[in-house]
Parts: sequence; C-alpha cells; structure tokens
Amino acid sequence: MKITIFQLILIFIWSSITGAGSVLDEFQTHRPLIACSITGLILGDPVKGIILGGTLELIALGWMNIGAAQSPDSALASTISTILVIVGSQSIQKGIAIALPVAAAGQVLTVFARTITVAFQHAANRQAEKANFRAIEWLHFSALFVQALRVSIPTTLVAIFVSPTMVQSMLNALPDVVTGGLTVAGGFIVVVGYAMVMNMMSVKYLMPFFYLGFILGGYLKLSLLAFGGVGLIMALVYVQLNPKFSKQPVAAPANSAAVSEDLAEDELED
Amino acid sequence: MSSAEEIVSTLTKRDIFQTFVFENFQQASFNYETIHGLAFCVDMIPTIRRVYKTKEDQAEALKRHLTFFNVTPGVCGPIVGVTMALEEGKAQGENIDAGTIQSFKVGLMGPLAGVGDPVMWGTLRPILAALGASLAVKGSWMGPFLFFFAFNAIRLALKWYGLKLGLNRGLALVKDVSGNLLPKLTEGATVLGLFVMGVLVTKWTTINIPLVVSKTQNGGKEVVTTVQTILDELCPGLPALGLTLLMMYLLRKKVNPIILIFALFGVGILGYGLGWLK
Repeated sequence: MKITIFQLILIFIWSSITGAGSVLDEFQTHRPLIACSITGLILGDPVKGIILGGTLELIALGWMNIGAAQSPDSALASTISTILVIVGSQSIQKGIAIALPVAAAGQVLTVFARTITVAFQHAANRQAEKANFRAIEWLHFSALFVQALRVSIPTTLVAIFVSPTMVQSMLNALPDVVTGGLTVAGGFIVVVGYAMVMNMMSVKYLMPFFYLGFILGGYLKLSLLAFGGVGLIMALVYVQLNPKFSKQPVAAPANSAAVSEDLAEDELED
Repeated sequence: MSSAEEIVSTLTKRDIFQTFVFENFQQASFNYETIHGLAFCVDMIPTIRRVYKTKEDQAEALKRHLTFFNVTPGVCGPIVGVTMALEEGKAQGENIDAGTIQSFKVGLMGPLAGVGDPVMWGTLRPILAALGASLAVKGSWMGPFLFFFAFNAIRLALKWYGLKLGLNRGLALVKDVSGNLLPKLTEGATVLGLFVMGVLVTKWTTINIPLVVSKTQNGGKEVVTTVQTILDELCPGLPALGLTLLMMYLLRKKVNPIILIFALFGVGILGYGLGWLK
C-alpha cells in the first residue's frame, strides 16, 4: 500500500506522542499495546496493529525504567515494526524480528536525549537565581520535544522510504533457517521479560508462590483472570495471617507474660 | 518540630490542581545529572509562588528543589505533598530549615521507590499489559482499551490521592511510612505478582523439543518418545521455568537484557537448524 501525505502527518504526530510518552512513562502511549494499535489505525489496518501490539507487548513485559536505567525502547520498536508489517505487508513474526533490533537502537537514542537534557537542567539553575518561574516551566516541558523528535524523525523516514518490494526482497534474502528460527525463538523470548519482572519482585521467602503459580498454571485450565482472583485471595490471606503485620506488635510479649502468669498461678494451685 | 496539621494552608484549589497536572510530566526533563530534579522544582512552583513573597525567598526555594530527585513517577504524590506542607510551614515562620526539607525528600524517596518500582512496574503494569495483550493477540480492541484505561485510572488516583494525603498529613505521614501500611501493601502485591508470574511462565511460553529419544514397537505401533513428551510427563512447562531461572541469574550478573534476547534468538535459529526445536 501507499502512504498518503495525510497519513504521513498523522504518523509524525503519533510517533512524537509515543516518543514523549516513552520518557514520561505515565500514560503508556509508548507501550506496544497502545503504540502499535494506533499506528495500525492510522495506516488503515487496526486489527493487524492490535495483534502485533499484543504480541510485542508480551515480549516487552519486563522492559521498564528502574532508577536511572533505561529499558529497550518500545516506542520506536512499535511504530517502525507496525509500518513494516502493514505497509511492507510482512507477517507478525517478522514484525517482531524487526522490532527487537529497533528497540536496541531506540535505547541508544534515548541515552543521547537524556544527556542533552542536562543542558536544560543547567539553564534552569540560572533562571532559578532570578526566580523566573515561567522560564523554568518552559525549560522543563520543552525537553519533551527532544524525546518526541527522537522517535518521530526515524519513524517518519521509514514511513517515507519503505516499499513492500524492498522489504520483501530484503527478507527473501534471509534463509529459511533464520526466519524459522526467529519464529521458534518468538515462542520463548518472553522469558527475558519474565526474568526482569521476577528479579524486581523476587523476595526469597515468597518464591513458593511463584512455583505454586507455575504448577497450578501447568495443570489447571483456568483463565488468567481467574488465576488473578486466586492470587489476590492468597495475597489477602497471607497478609492477614502474617504475624509480622499483626495490629499490635506489643501484643506478643504481653500474651506470653500472661501465659507465664497463668502458669505461675497453675503451679501455685498445684 | 511542630505539626504541619496546625498550619492553615494558604494554597488554593487551583494551586493543588496545577501541581497535580505537573506531576503527570514528572520525567519530561529526565536528565542524567539530577534525574527528576527539574521536574520536582516545577512541581513546587505553584506552592513557591503562593507562599513566598520576596524574590530572594522564591529563588532560594527554587534552587533548593532543583537538586537530585528520583522516585517511581506513579508514587511521587506523597513526597510532593509533604514538601508542599513543609514549604508552607517554613514560609509561615515555623522552625524548618532547608536541610530538614531535603532529608524529608530523600527519606521518603527511598521507601516510596522501594514500593513504587515493584508495584507499578513489576506488578501492576505487567499484569494489566498481559491481560490486555491476551485479548489483543486475538485482534480485539478491548486489549489496548482495557490496559490504557485501567492503568491510567489507577495511576491518576495514586497521584491525586497521594498528593492530597501528603499535603494533608504533612509531617504525620512519616509515621505511616514507617508503620505497617506500606510493607503490608508491598508484600501482598509481591505474593500476587509472583503467583501470576508463575502462571504466565508455564502458560505463555512455547518451547517444543521434538528431539527423538527412542522409538519402540508397541503392538505393531511405533511409539516415538521425544524430549518433549518426557518433560511433559514430568511437569508441563519445565523448560520455560528453567530458562526463566537462568535468565534471572544472568540478569542479576548484570548481563544486558538485549544481549540475552539476541542470544535466545541465536538459540532459536541454531535449534531450528539442527531440528531440536520446533
């Protein structure tokens, strides 16, 4: 298919929003689930966009910004892979295979952008001396444009120059063992995401709950929502029964004192 | 130290709402020097403008809040709120020095990031995203909709009520933080999160190892035993579990996740080429 000028403008605007969303990490417009769906909508094939978004989201489950560290960039990966899948008429699997190196490239670009914004911080320090509120606000929000352009420029370039035959001939050059291998790997590549999430949460003494989920998930044919309900109930019961969270932490010694008094009385009676 | 609850706030509804709006751009000027330093200063602008009258006091307050700050954006509310209360107290002549304000900020930053990162990024988003993705892979609009609205409703509520809580409770909030509520919340969320992760590992990972171990004749029928059938008899999903635990180990050893992803693609291509994986 051919992209119209109007679509190109929408792609530019939307990829700017995902770029800003990617650094903000607030509204989640940069997550594949949202970014791919809307890009698909702009390109006239929303369903393909949603399916790609859902598939990529599962892989990106553990991509998160912790502290000052950056995750692989889901914004750039989502917009570019959706364009290639829909405009370049590729399969979802190939879209995923394209998305991953793009995410790595996006990660490098965001490191640049976050280094550039140090200059905004310094400019704000100078404005603070003069108590110039407006200038500080302006510096803070204009830093967003650096991040927006980081995604919208490469995305728009891809949208302009991509042609189905070009993508097709590039992919045809790949031997079957590569494309087949990528499809196989697509089945279990999510474990990296799981592992990242797990490392965040993992508290050694709570790990039995993970293994319980693993065993029940393997043998029970329940929906994920039902498993979520079971998990929630377990969490509530765990917190309620845990002596660590009992309402009066002083109650324990007081009780034991009472017990020993009882014992003493018993002894006296004997 | 006198309680901030005794202070009559001069902040207007508009000031508080503007702070709430600014809070939604906590990482706009993310930079490697002060992380959210500039953002925190912007969060404080409505308060500083309201409570300090002289240029000198305003400049001092602005500079005070341009320093390093970093917390999970979703849970910045209580810190911003408490700092607003402290600034108001200071402006009204309470005995609060700049050092006290800084130590409150830093003191709250640690525990709140400790709760915010695992709850927001480690539990809430992966669970909602996984739920949304499970609908999306079937091509349903409900997937992205559910994820977007559920996540943002919770996030906005956290920001708004966190801000109000921080502001209203002022100094008293510190007792809450050191009390039972936050560890309880964190631990409960961890139990839920770990359980759901366990389910996901086995349900949503596809590894098929059709490598033939033996072929036996059983009553004229040929029975093919592959690595996969043996593993399935032991417990479904064992390769996925092993791979997840291996990845956790490697990530803890500071291996870059992108490298691991490429390595797994390599394994996929190699395994497919040799016919061990399908």
